[in-house]
Amino acid sequence: MRKENTVIVAIAVVAAVIAVTWGILVAPRALAPVNMTQGVTQFSRDVYDLHMIILWICIVIGVLVFTAMFTAIFLHRKSRGHEAAQFSHSTKAEILWTIIPIAILVVMAYPATKTLITMETTGGADMTIKITGYQWKWKYEYLDSGIEFISTLDAASNEARQLKSGIDPASVPDYLLNVDNPVVVPTGTKIRFLITADDVIHAWWVPVLGWKRDAIPGFINEAWTIIDEPGTYRGQCAELCGKDHGFMPIVLIAKPKAEYDAWVAGQQQRMAQEAEQVQRIWSKAELMTKGEDVYNAQCATCHQPDGKGLAPAFPALAGSGIATGPLRQHIDIVLNGRDGTAMQGWGKLLNEQDIAAALTYTRNAWGNDTGDLVQPSTIAKIKNG
Amino acid sequence: MSETTAHMHDDHDHGPASGIMRWITTTNHKDIGTLYLVFALLMFFVGGLMALVIRAELFMPGLQLVEPDFFNQMTTMHALVMIFGAVMPAFVGFANWMVPMMVGAPDMALPRMNNWSFWIIPFAFTMLLLPLVLGIFGIGGGGPASGWTLYPPLSLQTGDAFAFTIFAVHMLGISSIMGAINIIATILNMRAPDMTLLRMPLFVWTWLITAFLLIAVMPVLAGAVTMLLTDRFFGTTFFSAAGGGDPVMFQHIFWFFGHPEVYIMILPAFGIISEIIPTFARKPLFGYTSMVYATASIAFLSFIVWAHHMFTVGMPLGAEIYFMLATMMIAVPTGVKVFNWVTTMWKGAMTFETPMLWAISFVVLFTIGGFSGLMLAIVPVDFQYHDTYFVVAHFHYVLVTGAVFALIAGMYYWIPKWTGYMYNEKLGKWHFWLSTIFVNILFFPQHYLGLAGMPRRIPDYSVQFAEFNMISSIGAFGFGISQLLMVAVIWQCVRGGKKASARVWEGARGLEWTVPSPAPYHTFETPPAIDDSMVAHPDDLAH
Repeated sequence: MRKENTVIVAIAVVAAVIAVTWGILVAPRALAPVNMTQGVTQFSRDVYDLHMIILWICIVIGVLVFTAMFTAIFLHRKSRGHEAAQFSHSTKAEILWTIIPIAILVVMAYPATKTLITMETTGGADMTIKITGYQWKWKYEYLDSGIEFISTLDAASNEARQLKSGIDPASVPDYLLNVDNPVVVPTGTKIRFLITADDVIHAWWVPVLGWKRDAIPGFINEAWTIIDEPGTYRGQCAELCGKDHGFMPIVLIAKPKAEYDAWVAGQQQRMAQEAEQVQRIWSKAELMTKGEDVYNAQCATCHQPDGKGLAPAFPALAGSGIATGPLRQHIDIVLNGRDGTAMQGWGKLLNEQDIAAALTYTRNAWGNDTGDLVQPSTIAKIKNG
Repeated sequence: MSETTAHMHDDHDHGPASGIMRWITTTNHKDIGTLYLVFALLMFFVGGLMALVIRAELFMPGLQLVEPDFFNQMTTMHALVMIFGAVMPAFVGFANWMVPMMVGAPDMALPRMNNWSFWIIPFAFTMLLLPLVLGIFGIGGGGPASGWTLYPPLSLQTGDAFAFTIFAVHMLGISSIMGAINIIATILNMRAPDMTLLRMPLFVWTWLITAFLLIAVMPVLAGAVTMLLTDRFFGTTFFSAAGGGDPVMFQHIFWFFGHPEVYIMILPAFGIISEIIPTFARKPLFGYTSMVYATASIAFLSFIVWAHHMFTVGMPLGAEIYFMLATMMIAVPTGVKVFNWVTTMWKGAMTFETPMLWAISFVVLFTIGGFSGLMLAIVPVDFQYHDTYFVVAHFHYVLVTGAVFALIAGMYYWIPKWTGYMYNEKLGKWHFWLSTIFVNILFFPQHYLGLAGMPRRIPDYSVQFAEFNMISSIGAFGFGISQLLMVAVIWQCVRGGKKASARVWEGARGLEWTVPSPAPYHTFETPPAIDDSMVAHPDDLAH
């Protein structure tokens, strides 16, 4: 009689536990995505499968354990007049529930190790892209084709994300997940990534690839991918890297091989044109217009659009001794940064025109009327020693 | 030692000194326990307020309330305050109050050091909190903002707060080590004659093991932060590749401390739960000896799994496989514990007073945190989970619904013994139900956010994460406000109410229930004679 009772209650409890599990794991899908992406690479699909296997194992164990517990809570209570049994150990049971979990772990460890070994085999790549993390932007260098550029948060997101900007993030397309220069890659190609950083640790993460890797100053990490489907894929820096950690997204565009080749040709042309631009003499108006753009995209995060800075970490440029002082000293700080401060060396981040324009702008804006013009060719000469 | 004992003996007939000096000069384990507990409660609310700043900013996409740098100060300080200010001191408070009473000792072995262990902490926290508080008033650059893990090179960019933070960590480490030495000395030397090791309550066992963990790892943390200090101020390059150092080495050293540290915060919780469940099931703890061995195994494993916190730094394949397998092993002894708790309830005669409700909630929700921990151990999948909200959800399930719920359960369980009055059962149950509901609204959706791709430690997010962040923030405010009920319960219970009996709970076993409620200022000045009816784990069960 009592035995039957236990079985009936246990069946009712198991149904309730399964219903609750469904309620918390499946029902919320109606609201927004609740699960990991399957991604667009073989590795990401393997990872997704592993994730689902272990999730199911946990669900089954959880349902069994909680069913036992809530059955006891329902049946074995004093208010129902249940008398406490006095047993306190069972070697058999204890050995059993040590051995079974070990067996489950072994079953899980096998596919996990296999997937891991594939991920760590980085040889045989068709092309290599070096990724360098900076506070708070990414630099991409295509080691095979010589293309390089900096990728930062797009202007629309950047404007909307300022404190109390009054701009509705929902009105900004791909808010915080859009950049000025996306990294473009071919589909169906084994791409090797060399990942490093220049200042602090960052982490490069595009979820559809199935992995993230830390970008560590002074060390180079390797990772690889083969993307199956063309598309625009978005990710973010995943390692806390300072105040704008939340604002250095990644946009990866995968194109079919032919379209990718066309993009490479376009980029190479752009780089050749830029090299020509370095040698010509720029007018003040040209430098000021470009300088304002560069300043707002790169410098204003810390020094602020009005040049007044953000005390105490980020000094004002308007009326500052450096922006109105000796030109050469100003150029050195901008090119090489300042030790012990957040001011980084921009020499390796921006091209000569950008630096010349930004310098000209900061030396002539907000009442800094030095009248100095800095030509890209001057910067090139200083950079090359 | 003999001098101290003589002194204790001299004034055993007197009550405590009066006024503020009682608390400053006290060497009484109960007074010091109270100091620890009150301090921990205060810090629980300070750290909680910081969490609410975080959740308020994350209520909607866009930045509405604070600048990103201040947001980072909040995440950093929330962790430091909750770990070093709330959870650890609270467990030491429980140890001070309960360990001597549970083993039949008159006091802690080293009462003056005990006083010093506590009184270092308020000074350390003044130092830790000062830069943040001054920063709020516009003085200086604010608190540390590089995360509680203080990873270089980012932590080396901290402003004036840097040295404050490191010296505070040093002071807290000294306090913890002294507390741990005291607990070990008390347990090993001060037990009543018949209190054999395998008769000790599980709470005492878990604290004994925890104390060894503390002594082992606190110096490691001190070493790591000292290297940071010299890197910053004295030109060393331990963690800078430019000078031949390695930023990842910091992470290895830090987590060699950090992983045992998280068990320091959960093992005594296991102890508390292992006291409460048998009491309200009116049935001896199932598998007492295997519980002891499981605790020891977890403690041992905690030293050899540290790198699972840093699978994405680019370790060699062999290291990744090793740390994955070692980490998965932790599930075995942890599983044994959960199975033993459930089997203790099985065929008991359960009643569901407030402490039992919290303990049951602990078992369910800690197990969920354990499941996500197992998932995080799988390296290839961790490449996705790492540094996302999935991790945030995981460690809040084990630390809030784990450690904090056990602390609250223990508070309800022993507060009648501390104050001599029964707490308000109705209010306690309200506190329980509201907390349990809101804590899940708060943390469960964070699993979804992490899986959907939201990194942790970001002050603003793209609109695809809006729904669950809003739900999580609502849960946070509900959970935070519910904790005011706990203050009301404690306040009422200290001031009066229904008189508590010596045993308090029908099914309670153990020496602490053989002394009157409230426990006299001095207990067990002569060692009690112990028979099997008094101890939770009598000899005839322990084999």
